[in-house]
Amino acid sequence: MIAGQVSKLIGSRVKRKEDPRLITGEGKYTDDVILPGMAYFAVLRSPYAHARINSIDTSAAADHPDVLGVMTGAEINDRCSEPFPLFAILPGMQYPERWPMAATKANYVGEPIAAVAASSRAAARDALDLIEVDYDPLPVVTDMETAGDADTPVIFEEMGTNLCYEASDQAGDPDRAFAEADGVVEARMEQPRLIPNPMEPRAAVAEYERSSGNATLWVTTQNPHIERMVAAKMLGMPENKLRVIAIDVGGGFGCKINTYSESIIAVVLAQEIGRPVKWAEDRTEHFVATSHGRGQAQYVQAAYKKDGTLLGMKLKIYADLGAYAQVISHVIPTLTPSLAPGVYSCRDIGWTTIGVFTNKIPYDAYRGAGRPEAAYIIERVMDLIADATGKDPVAVRRKNFIPKDSFPYETPTGMIYDSADYDAALDKALDIAGYDDLRAEQKAARKDGKLMGIGVTVTTEVCGFGPAAAMGGLGGFESATVRVDPMGKVTVLTGASPHGQGEETSFAQIVADDLGVPFEDVEIIHGDTSIVARGVGTFGSRTLVVGGTAILKANEQIKEKATRIATALLENKLEDTLDPQLVTLEDGLFSVQDMPDQYVTWADVGSEAYDGQLLPPEEQPGLEAVSFWEPPGLTFPFSAHIAVVEIDQDTGEVSLKRYVSVDDCGTVINPTLVEGQIHGGLAQGIGQALLEQAVWDDEGQLVSGSLMDYAMPFAQEFPMFELDRTVTPSPVNPLGAKGIGEMATISATPTVANAVIDALSHLGVTHVDIPMTAERIWRVLQTHGRRRRGGRS
Amino acid sequence: MPNEITVTVNGTRHTSSVEPRTLLVHYLRDELGLTGTHVGCDTSQCGACTVVVDGAAVKSCTVLAVQADGSEVTTIEGLAQDGELHPVQEGFWEEHGLQCGFCTPGIIMTLHQVLDEQPDPSEEEIRHSLAGNICRCTGYQNIVKAAQFAAQRMQE
Repeated sequence: MIAGQVSKLIGSRVKRKEDPRLITGEGKYTDDVILPGMAYFAVLRSPYAHARINSIDTSAAADHPDVLGVMTGAEINDRCSEPFPLFAILPGMQYPERWPMAATKANYVGEPIAAVAASSRAAARDALDLIEVDYDPLPVVTDMETAGDADTPVIFEEMGTNLCYEASDQAGDPDRAFAEADGVVEARMEQPRLIPNPMEPRAAVAEYERSSGNATLWVTTQNPHIERMVAAKMLGMPENKLRVIAIDVGGGFGCKINTYSESIIAVVLAQEIGRPVKWAEDRTEHFVATSHGRGQAQYVQAAYKKDGTLLGMKLKIYADLGAYAQVISHVIPTLTPSLAPGVYSCRDIGWTTIGVFTNKIPYDAYRGAGRPEAAYIIERVMDLIADATGKDPVAVRRKNFIPKDSFPYETPTGMIYDSADYDAALDKALDIAGYDDLRAEQKAARKDGKLMGIGVTVTTEVCGFGPAAAMGGLGGFESATVRVDPMGKVTVLTGASPHGQGEETSFAQIVADDLGVPFEDVEIIHGDTSIVARGVGTFGSRTLVVGGTAILKANEQIKEKATRIATALLENKLEDTLDPQLVTLEDGLFSVQDMPDQYVTWADVGSEAYDGQLLPPEEQPGLEAVSFWEPPGLTFPFSAHIAVVEIDQDTGEVSLKRYVSVDDCGTVINPTLVEGQIHGGLAQGIGQALLEQAVWDDEGQLVSGSLMDYAMPFAQEFPMFELDRTVTPSPVNPLGAKGIGEMATISATPTVANAVIDALSHLGVTHVDIPMTAERIWRVLQTHGRRRRGGRS
Repeated sequence: MPNEITVTVNGTRHTSSVEPRTLLVHYLRDELGLTGTHVGCDTSQCGACTVVVDGAAVKSCTVLAVQADGSEVTTIEGLAQDGELHPVQEGFWEEHGLQCGFCTPGIIMTLHQVLDEQPDPSEEEIRHSLAGNICRCTGYQNIVKAAQFAAQRMQE
């Protein structure tokens, strides 16, 4: 296959294979699993952000007639052979041990304290109310910027500090940049915590077979194999005794990467009561039981020349890790400075990243994970420079672009960008938006006293993870098994289990084209560790890039063997010996060069592979290949986005009038799926810019703790998005794919933020924090409304 | 004390004994095994549990099973007739109106009723009609297109 190639199915708008079951109610989500004799469990959670647990009395709960078992944190933890494992430990990093449940001290609201199994959901819930816990509340740490101060209470006494790590580094000479600068722009920027809120809450079902010691865990995970690895370690089970199943998963956005306490509790309770058990998270429980995303305070200084050139930056980034580090959550904030230069040449940059523990639920990946925070910094900086120099934001960006002939390009922060042409994407976006007309319209609107803003960004991000070095012990590969059966039909097992992205379809497109079989003849199997031997999973926009290539590599082996078998069949047919080099596969037919009417089909080859009557003596039966593929480098999709907003002067309400999204994810397998990822990504990024934030009080209570209090975007919030793309294939994988899962989210937040600030710039406003709610903008209008200053016109 | 209820679900009569506090959604899922109706929240915001009760789209997490006594209920499993997809289902497949699929049954049931009442809705009316449904995957764009597809198909 050639990168960028458009053949029959690759590049086509094929309808999804997964849809018929999902639109008729036949999906198989974890909470849909119903097993004979199944019990339900519920989890008692700490109502305090920080409290010593003096005693737990479970006797009344145990006496409830429908209760089958009650276990405290200490009892569950005792059944584990080790605490939660962490990966990618940073130099000098300190961190507390974390066990599935709080036994002696609770460190965040929502931390599991005890679990009850009962014969019904309702009874399990009733019994929670019968558990008496005696707590002594302790001082609470909620502010990430002061968490590391000497006079702040320490959460983990054994550590003696709330500081997880402080990592400082620099590239070039930041002081030189600031000395040579014509000016410096600076800002403190907030990245509020966000609640991931996939529409499927988390769930776990466990079944344990006492005679064999085998356990099966159905769970809402993006990565069943990592789940198996972590849960098996903690439960002290060999991996081959634990089967993890996640067929349909209702969205993840990063919060279903982690292995959660409930997986461990489920297996232990199933062992304990001798019945299968199910737990399904309530939505309100999700807010305090499932990891959050973002959560940074960013101090940014940028040195510029009056022609708009960015000379250098100094960054100080605080990251609120919550009460514990999990999986690789602690590494995510370090991606922010790594990507802070964005799509621009930036010679000199210095940065400090400070990860702290607070009394909040742990933070983890959320669509973009560290990169949205980086794009936000640099894209706000570009507008700040435009403001300070009186130049158009488009001109400032163009002035600083990494030129298209410089790829692969190593950034000062050590990233190697694979390929890009930022001007081409920006040109397209400006053209679609009608940028000059929009500026003219804005000028007229301002004359009429209206607030209209135009936001422009050009962004990049890193994805397609591994290689292994980028994965900190989780593995940088993806696996594929391709199997041709005696009827010539193809089954593919992939370790990259999707949860909405549609790889049952895009992978089948790749296989159909590559082997020349009908799309309908390809089945993609994922999400069951007893069927798919090994895998890493779906996160970091890696599934197509890494999993798709693994399939291509397995196909190579299949085609090689199939051609040998076809040669034997053709020799038999022609009663002649043939040079296997002369037998070729085209459009699903194996034929002899110059004899197109002499051919055998995949069904002939598949049948012979198992029947074996005509196989040469050196050929073993079977037609199946396993491949593991690890990419040599990372991929960097990029995009140019333009947003147009209007602000209601009286209420401060922002309405998004237009959104143009030009994205480049390299080779496109299925444009419909790519556009779907962009639409959804935009909605999440726009939600972050305008609506969403986790709000805490000083006691560590989550005030925005349900869907009644946390603003999720609804259909009415959005216009029809205007999409287009450029195609710059990646040289680091044979598909030429870059990944598209997160790009639009990353770009959308600064694009909308820039548009809103642009609408206020003539009033002297240079920065407003997200989310730009009506109240926040109204307050800005009260202080700036009557002042007029130069700004951009 | 359990109550006896009789509910006709997707054309089949069921007589069951349920606790008075049992929610309709749990009755459908846990008692009848109709797991196509999903539970996405506990505050009636998300609409994943939407089913049609006596012709009206309702959030089955906000209705007690006993309130449905004597009612006709249609769930996502009952929408396709004789193996033929309902135009709204067809629209979702044609227009890529779903990704993870979890909110989808509820949104399909909502739009099914919307199009019954308003056969030719504008884009704005479609978006407005979805004020009780949350989708986290699609940005709603292709859901709107799915509704437009269905509206057109139903007028053919």
